[in-house]
Amino acid sequence: MENTLGLLALSPPGWGGTLLAGLWASMQIAVGAFGLGLIIGLGGAYGKIYGGPVLRDCLGVYTTVVRALPELILILLLYFGLTDIVNQIMLGLGYDRVQISGVVAGVLVLGVVQGAYATEVLRGAILAVPPGQIEAARAMGMPAAKIARRITIPTMLGLALPGLSNLWLIATKDTALLAIVGFSELTLATRQAAGTTKAFFTFFLAAGAIYLAISMLSTWGFARLERWARRGDPPRMTGGT
Amino acid sequence: MGSDASISATLPHGSAQPFAAAEAIKVEALHKSFGQHEVLKGVSISAREGDVVTLIGGSGSGKSTLLRCVNFLETPSSGRILIGGEEVRCRADGTPADRRQIERLRRSLGMVFQQFNLWTHKTVLENLIEVPVHVLGTAKEQAIDRARKLLDRVGLAAKEDAYPAFLSGGQQQRVAIARALCLEPRAMLFDEPTSALDPELVGEVLAVIRSLADEGRTMLLVTHEMKFAREVSDHVVYLYNGLIEEEGPPEQLFGDPKSARLKQFLKSVS
Repeated sequence: MENTLGLLALSPPGWGGTLLAGLWASMQIAVGAFGLGLIIGLGGAYGKIYGGPVLRDCLGVYTTVVRALPELILILLLYFGLTDIVNQIMLGLGYDRVQISGVVAGVLVLGVVQGAYATEVLRGAILAVPPGQIEAARAMGMPAAKIARRITIPTMLGLALPGLSNLWLIATKDTALLAIVGFSELTLATRQAAGTTKAFFTFFLAAGAIYLAISMLSTWGFARLERWARRGDPPRMTGGT
Repeated sequence: MGSDASISATLPHGSAQPFAAAEAIKVEALHKSFGQHEVLKGVSISAREGDVVTLIGGSGSGKSTLLRCVNFLETPSSGRILIGGEEVRCRADGTPADRRQIERLRRSLGMVFQQFNLWTHKTVLENLIEVPVHVLGTAKEQAIDRARKLLDRVGLAAKEDAYPAFLSGGQQQRVAIARALCLEPRAMLFDEPTSALDPELVGEVLAVIRSLADEGRTMLLVTHEMKFAREVSDHVVYLYNGLIEEEGPPEQLFGDPKSARLKQFLKSVS
């Protein structure tokens, strides 16, 4: 027991600090990717609903391809592909090759993946907004952008949050896939600690506990958010089936 | 505070005027098709300032479509629409050419829908101040002040913090009327305002609409409440199959209908 606590201590020779650093890296990427995914998703959803045929087709290819391929392949493809493209552009413009930081690359790669799923989640939610809500705003002379921001998005939020909460949880766990490209997030940090000390069970259990804690906190947070977003919903009939 | 006075101010209605009142709404030769289906086949109506013009007709007669074309919720296929003498500029395909113009004109027409269409995620008060504060840039205190006066007028001052889903249909529709009045519209458009209500709630909404008519507000009203239409209207238009079949003052139209179809219609709804 003492040995276990020693292994998990925050300062060396304990590996707790390494795990927490990994957790911090994971969270940065998860938050960034989820945020980027939301922005892409919102644009994608509006583009799919209101865009012209070319835009709609492009978005269709994006969501289909990204959602069809295993995320591991996408990460390898996008990680090496994106850095290569960026560097080609930099060289083409006469600049030096740049080193893209792991966090930035991770956010971009996972954000593109999240964006494809978010596009579909948000598109469904926007289409589920009763047309009368938008019509009332149009009839009162609201400009389209204001209707989106003040009426459509707040109304669809309650419908979108269950799907978005799924996406967030997936984002937190997909960060583990970045271990494959050598990015030191929580899972890779855990593997290093376990490999060095041979205390596999201790460290993977600790990492599992951390992921579980994140998930539980998130679920609680999203539940609160959803309650707020649905503040105007009619009271539900309860009891009976 | 000048804006507040206009809520209760009584506009000259039927009073002696040196010249004919200006036309608040004018629709000329309006056509509207949905795909192959022609819903309006050339309809012209006009409402002078202070007029209550009621559109009646069976389902599919085009009366709601006509009303929705006036503020361009539906894009007319052809025809002219003038609001307060100002013509809505359109492109060749009939869509409004100037987004700002149509937004401004829409704000001068207070629309009330059959299904109320209150914003569900906003409280009653937030519904009323949304457009004044966030589109027109009215100071929030001033908008709230005015909204409270209007809520008081429709008898719902106590409900300002309620969300629409917690109100009865009649209460929601009265809030919707107050919301439309917040913009100080030149005219009101009512699209079957009592058709979605339980029978016992119709009266409270009609009472509010009647009080607006009594103060001389210009209105275009689509309704199935024939008794009410007869009482409040200055002019009644009977639409049949996308055309005006008969029109005239209410006494004439209800008391002495000429068209066989109108006679049949009045018999079926009474």
